[in-house]
Amino acid sequence: MDTNTPLAVMLESTVRQVGQIILGKEREIRLALACVLARGHLLIEDLPGMGKTTLAHALAQTLGLQFHRIQFTADLLPADILGVSVFDRERSQFVFHPGPIFAHLILADEVNRATPKAQSALLEAMEEHQVTTEGETRALPAPFFVIATQNPTQQVGTFPLPESQLDRFLMRIALGYPDAQAERMLLAGEDRREMIAHMQPLLDPASLLAAQHKVSEVFVAEALLDYVQALIARSRGGKFGAGLSPRAGLALVHASRAWAFLAGRSQVLPEDVQAVLPAVAGHRLRGPSGEADADALAQALLASVAIP
Amino acid sequence: MPSRASFPPLPAGHWLFAGITLVLAPHALHLPPWLSAIALAMIAWRWAAAAGRLPLPGKWILVLLLAGSAAGILFEYRTLFGRDAGVAMLTLMLALKLLEMRSYRDAMLTVFLGYFLVITNFFYTQDIPLAVYLFAVVLVLTGALIALNHPASARRWRAPLQLSALLLAQAVPVMLLLFVLFPRLGGPLWGLPSDAFSAKSGLSETIAPGSISELVQSDAIAFRAQFEGAPPMPSSLYWRALVLESFDGRTWSRLRGRHGPEPTLETTGTPIAYSLTIEPHDKPWIFALEVPDPQALPPDSFLTRSLQLMANTPMQRLTRLNLSAYLDHRVAADATLPQLGHALQLPEQGNPQARELALRLRSEAGNDAEVVARALALFREQGYSYTLTPPLLGENSIDEFLFATRSGFCEHYASAFTFLMRAAGVPARIVAGYQGGEFNPAGGYFIVRQSDAHAWSEVWLDGRGWVRVDPTAAVSASRIQNGIASALAAGEPLPFLLRTDIAWLKQLRQQWDAVSTYWDLWVLGFDQEQQIGLFARLGLGIVSWRELVWGLAIGLGAVLGLIAAFTLWPGRRPAPDKVQALYLRFCAKLEKAGLARMPSEGPLDFAQRIRSLRPELADDADALVQRYVELRYGAHASGDMLKSFAAQVRRFKA
Repeated sequence: MDTNTPLAVMLESTVRQVGQIILGKEREIRLALACVLARGHLLIEDLPGMGKTTLAHALAQTLGLQFHRIQFTADLLPADILGVSVFDRERSQFVFHPGPIFAHLILADEVNRATPKAQSALLEAMEEHQVTTEGETRALPAPFFVIATQNPTQQVGTFPLPESQLDRFLMRIALGYPDAQAERMLLAGEDRREMIAHMQPLLDPASLLAAQHKVSEVFVAEALLDYVQALIARSRGGKFGAGLSPRAGLALVHASRAWAFLAGRSQVLPEDVQAVLPAVAGHRLRGPSGEADADALAQALLASVAIP
Repeated sequence: MPSRASFPPLPAGHWLFAGITLVLAPHALHLPPWLSAIALAMIAWRWAAAAGRLPLPGKWILVLLLAGSAAGILFEYRTLFGRDAGVAMLTLMLALKLLEMRSYRDAMLTVFLGYFLVITNFFYTQDIPLAVYLFAVVLVLTGALIALNHPASARRWRAPLQLSALLLAQAVPVMLLLFVLFPRLGGPLWGLPSDAFSAKSGLSETIAPGSISELVQSDAIAFRAQFEGAPPMPSSLYWRALVLESFDGRTWSRLRGRHGPEPTLETTGTPIAYSLTIEPHDKPWIFALEVPDPQALPPDSFLTRSLQLMANTPMQRLTRLNLSAYLDHRVAADATLPQLGHALQLPEQGNPQARELALRLRSEAGNDAEVVARALALFREQGYSYTLTPPLLGENSIDEFLFATRSGFCEHYASAFTFLMRAAGVPARIVAGYQGGEFNPAGGYFIVRQSDAHAWSEVWLDGRGWVRVDPTAAVSASRIQNGIASALAAGEPLPFLLRTDIAWLKQLRQQWDAVSTYWDLWVLGFDQEQQIGLFARLGLGIVSWRELVWGLAIGLGAVLGLIAAFTLWPGRRPAPDKVQALYLRFCAKLEKAGLARMPSEGPLDFAQRIRSLRPELADDADALVQRYVELRYGAHASGDMLKSFAAQVRRFKA
């Protein structure tokens, strides 16, 4: 029935392989992969030491992507991300030294520790898929995917991302504590860093691009759009303080496509929308008094809308 | 360098190759057989290549095929231009294009070439069956277009056909509007190549023994005639075409130049009004009843001195003319014998026996009228017979006919009679035309066929002018009164259509002829005159082309707007639609069984919950939900799926 099956099988093994590193977090891994497939960027928000970096690293290795990590600190400057031109005495001209942003998969670690200036340099690159320094525009490699991690904002010494910039991330997920069984295996198992180093890439940039293209062809029926619109409409009134933007609606459809594709289907079902909605809409929704308990809000939204 | 054909994908290929085959099929009737065979072979080759059974030919094979076939066409037609050779070249090119088709662009080009070849079929005939057939071809070609552009839909053969039919149905009002309102020019919009008229049959400009009896074996229609009042007796329906006044001993032909005085015309009674619908015959003469009213001649026509009605240009299109005729008349009664010398001309030599007979008639009779009467009596009484297959005649054809063979067709009698008259000093001439016709009660008109072709004589009698004398009537009176089929013995080579005595078949044929006459008149013959007449009858007066263009623009806008409104109107979508209604019935059945779906529960989640709560229902429910998902959220929902879904819901028991 489905022409996407071979790719879907490959992606399924990707989920399993990453799942051997990050134990007991299959759903989150799936969401991260869907985010890549939907050509979006991922924000992981959690306490330190929950495996955010490990997830990014394992994902890059399995997908066969070139991986750079940028540790965001309070004194990070835009040039540290984008690159800088240095005068070459021998050739007597300026030579551009590309910054760490020139890679397929960027891990922007603890993005809320840097100043807004450095943050916006990263976010510009995410949005445009290109970098402009010293008047010259340089394209970033394709695929280009950013995983930013963020410590919860209550922590000392952070610059929380403003809502407008949160909106640039297709999804925001939290990893959360592993359950007891997974934690036991983690504690008993071998070093994760070494395991990642020995992992075989299952895909390459070209096949990932092909998969992204296939995802954009997953069929979205009128009936499904009715459902998405009903969800958006509900979020814009009543008990929600800030509703979903048109960009959020688009993000919801794209992410649902990727989720359906991962499930080996060629059409999007309401279940796909429901699966991705907490991750896609969580960081964009606000309660009536401005509070943001993402998951509860998303579940409330889903429960309050009947599937048309 | 041979290569595998990866394009087009096979479903689209089936559509395309079927469409091309269908559009070329009618051309096989007039293309040389070898060319039809080559074209068919090339299509079959390409078809097999699309199925992966054969490689596509390399470039050099294509070049050889092209050169060889083009040379064949050149040899066959001696040209590459004109209608026949042009169509042959187009056929060849289309078949060759198939063999080098490798991309989407090539395939689109092929489809459009196919559309063009649809039009070329009308170069040969424009009748209703062909038009219906070509509609079907356009349906298939449009199906090919759909299958090429939407390969997913072509997996079921019915889907492109349905869409194609829908598209064409939407195009029909536009077509009708364009047909009625598109401004017509005075003449045809473009000329057909001259060889398009080569095969028309009809009266020729000369009459020799055998020329009409050959024509009579064709049942092709020459023209149709409709009288405004009651039609005259069949025996007075002499449709006059040509007057032949020059004789060389064997062949009668038209006399060039003007001869004799301008004829005076005395008429009595009221004229009979009638209309002729003349099939194209590529000659200028008009088959008018005697004698046409000189004050009411059709436009672009004139009367010659021998009272032939001629059009200014050869009739190459179906032409409808309104005429009127005075059946009671005297023509050139005041002429004098010296003025009619050309009607007495005979060759110096030949046919001595006939000349002798003429002199004897002359000496026995008192006046010209008696000469005529005695000659007719001769034909009547001396064992002459009327046959389509007379023996061949030699040099002195009149002598041999009169004294040896004594059997012949109308041209033999007219020729012999006119010869006798001239030899006896009575001015005489031959008239060629048609006599009688079949009355079609379904349409209220006469059908005159080539088989009604006839030749008779006119003699000039002092005081009475030119008088029609039909020597054939003396031999076979029933030819004139009842038509040719009754006058000939069984076994004569008459066309089947004239022979048939089966009443219902005849009736069917007449009804069909009435329908196709309306088609000819109102569809094919819808010219500027008809268009102006139509609007005048609708009370719109004389409509200028500017108004027509405005009407066209407004009409097209309205039609397109209506179609758009009909298809895009949001209210047209049933909510909840049929699929959803069925699904809700399924949910209602489960709810009764205590398993209610939550409003925000998706179908797969619901199916999973059914599996965990009521495992015995799970298989049915899974299949049902799977079908529901395909129908409601899938890209390829179809009516068949809906039917089986409805059945599943009906059967489901919780």
